[in-house]
Amino acid sequence: MADFEVPELKEYPIVPKLKEGVMAHSAPFVAAGKFQTPLGYPGELVDNWKEVAIDKMGELLGKFRSLQVFLDACVHCGACTDKCHYYLGTSDANNMPVARQELLRKVYRRYFTFAGKYFPKLVGAADLTEEVLDEWYSYFHQCSQCRRCSVFCPYGIDTAEISMAAREIMDAVGKGQKYCNEIIGKVYVIGNNLGLPEPALKDTLEGLEEEVEEDTGVKVRFPLDEKGADILLVTPSADFFAEPHVDGLIGYGKVFHEAGASWTMSSKASEAANFGMFIGSYENMRKIALRIREAALELGVKRIVFGECGHAWRVAYSFLNTLAGPFDFLDPRYPVPQHICEFTYNLIQEGKLRFNKEENDHMKLTFHDSCNVARASRMGNMEGGQFIIPREVIKATCNYFYDMPQDTIGEATFCCGGGGGLLTDDLMELRVKGSQPRMEALKRVTEDYGVTNLAAICAICKSQFSKVLPYYGFTMDQIVSVHQLVSNAIVMKGSEQEAELAGETE
Amino acid sequence: MSLVTALYSGLFYVATVILIVGLALRIKKYAQTPAPLKIPTMPAPLTETGVAMRMAREVVFFESLFKSNKWIWIFGYLFHFGMLLVLLRHLRYFTEPVWFWVNWIQPFGKYAAFAMLAGLLGLWARRFLVDRIRYISTPSDHLMLALLVGIVMSGLGMGYLVHTDIVAVKGFFLGLMRFSPQPLPPDPLLLVHLGLVAVLMIIFPISKLLHAPGVFFSPTRNQVDNARERRHLAPWAKQLEAGER
Repeated sequence: MADFEVPELKEYPIVPKLKEGVMAHSAPFVAAGKFQTPLGYPGELVDNWKEVAIDKMGELLGKFRSLQVFLDACVHCGACTDKCHYYLGTSDANNMPVARQELLRKVYRRYFTFAGKYFPKLVGAADLTEEVLDEWYSYFHQCSQCRRCSVFCPYGIDTAEISMAAREIMDAVGKGQKYCNEIIGKVYVIGNNLGLPEPALKDTLEGLEEEVEEDTGVKVRFPLDEKGADILLVTPSADFFAEPHVDGLIGYGKVFHEAGASWTMSSKASEAANFGMFIGSYENMRKIALRIREAALELGVKRIVFGECGHAWRVAYSFLNTLAGPFDFLDPRYPVPQHICEFTYNLIQEGKLRFNKEENDHMKLTFHDSCNVARASRMGNMEGGQFIIPREVIKATCNYFYDMPQDTIGEATFCCGGGGGLLTDDLMELRVKGSQPRMEALKRVTEDYGVTNLAAICAICKSQFSKVLPYYGFTMDQIVSVHQLVSNAIVMKGSEQEAELAGETE
Repeated sequence: MSLVTALYSGLFYVATVILIVGLALRIKKYAQTPAPLKIPTMPAPLTETGVAMRMAREVVFFESLFKSNKWIWIFGYLFHFGMLLVLLRHLRYFTEPVWFWVNWIQPFGKYAAFAMLAGLLGLWARRFLVDRIRYISTPSDHLMLALLVGIVMSGLGMGYLVHTDIVAVKGFFLGLMRFSPQPLPPDPLLLVHLGLVAVLMIIFPISKLLHAPGVFFSPTRNQVDNARERRHLAPWAKQLEAGER
């Protein structure tokens, strides 16, 4: 089924011996001019690209302390070398975080440091050449910006910051990535990554209302562009049509219904994702984030809640206030924004939701901590709430829950293999190989506890798992949304499920 | 004044100026470069105090390295804390009268040199034995270890094999500090030891030794997790915003 070798799942994780250049061929399609220009980038590689690249690097060094400090501080200790899922899955030397950073650092040294200018060989500095640019393009698109390396680095060096800077430099010289840049263009023109126009959204949501009424007998609404609603829900556009995403959206709707909340979605901000982050562009990320502010103002809402999406939650939690704030026009009693899991969790704590866990008894579950939720954001008011809250929601709705091994969850969670703007078919080999550590951990709990399903709160993780699970002998439907579990188990007032339960107890 | 005394006096003045000015400039650069977004590696502390604690754990215990790799942690820890004790012990050559607590650590400081050496050799061995670390090692990584090993070995040599006139050495450094040069004993081991130390001081601000100040400026470690409560606008981002609204 694949024209590459699918990695073997071992009994215990083994750090592979390194091989040089085995993934050098892996690179995503380069963006055509029509995808570059709407984002403010040149349509093709500019003639004086070296000059432009070095200038851009200088500009970024002055704007981002992270880049400046991270390029200086590395001592090549090797602590990160066995931490990247792409290294573990491909054994390519350049997929060790430090080696990936060195691709940029060697050029930084050559043009910006004394030692690199005068003793390049000694300190590993190198001129920027076409080969180096090709290496950048290949290997900075083999980093999912998951930040696992940053947890283990004694100086907190985050390769995500380095690869974001590298991608911004490549965009500036006219060598952008098609997948990300085409999608950002769609967001600007249509409003979401998938390019679903307003009538299609409306149609989908009406379909969901009918479906839920058929299943439960309850009229649960899925409103779009309703002015004066209290809550604006911003969710990844995958939630509007694909399995298992849409089951999650149904779950949010049922929760809002039971809470008696007045809510709406927006056709303008019909996308939680913000690929501006993946390409390291503050300006594009900000422009995309501002849509949400505008939608909130136009609709006159009091709160903003985000649906299940990993990097979107990073941008929402960590950056939205900075990029598009202040949100002083919203109700100050609620954090801006809130995660749907926080919303549901709070209702559970208050005893406002009723569940029949048996509805999920056909599944034994584990939870995949999505990297951007785990290492780049938080939920709730306590440190580490991002690990506790989704698990509590799952445990409230399911009888069987088992965690994967400790060194593969929480802050040490492994990326699904498709994050960071790599969820494209032209990177299939990388995606399959990069998911190996996660698949190994999943296999472990499958064997130890009979786990049947993997729950996640990220649209990218869900899409990625649907694709890669079959390569490892699992089935694509083993990945589920957390709010799909909520949707299955929730017993809404006046529903057929409620009547059934009442009948059983009589 | 002998040639050796003149040379080493000049060398140490130059090295000290380069070390201090170089580091100050670098630290100024780190401090003045804005961190435009909140990027602490989560879970992160919710308060300033919490961040101070996190940084302290990082600097005192090498917390992240401990999570990461026990071998690198053991060798790195032996080296750095051996060095700390050795450096503190060396204060006796720069103070008169010697501070009381420097006398206390004197016996520990002497043995710490062996810990330092063991740590360095362990780290160096990994650069040859572990394929991943061999791959990422540059010539300067090896030279840096050679330099440090040279400093420790020459120091140990003076302590245990060929003693130098330590009272005169102290006189030399006190003289430097008071700008009245005193003669330096021309013992080969001492000259090697001091020469290598001066080289280390000179390359400090232009090498990976910048990890020492760098860690304090690392946004993933020094930021408070409060992005929802407070905006975190860099000056250049503020300008961007002002241009539009």
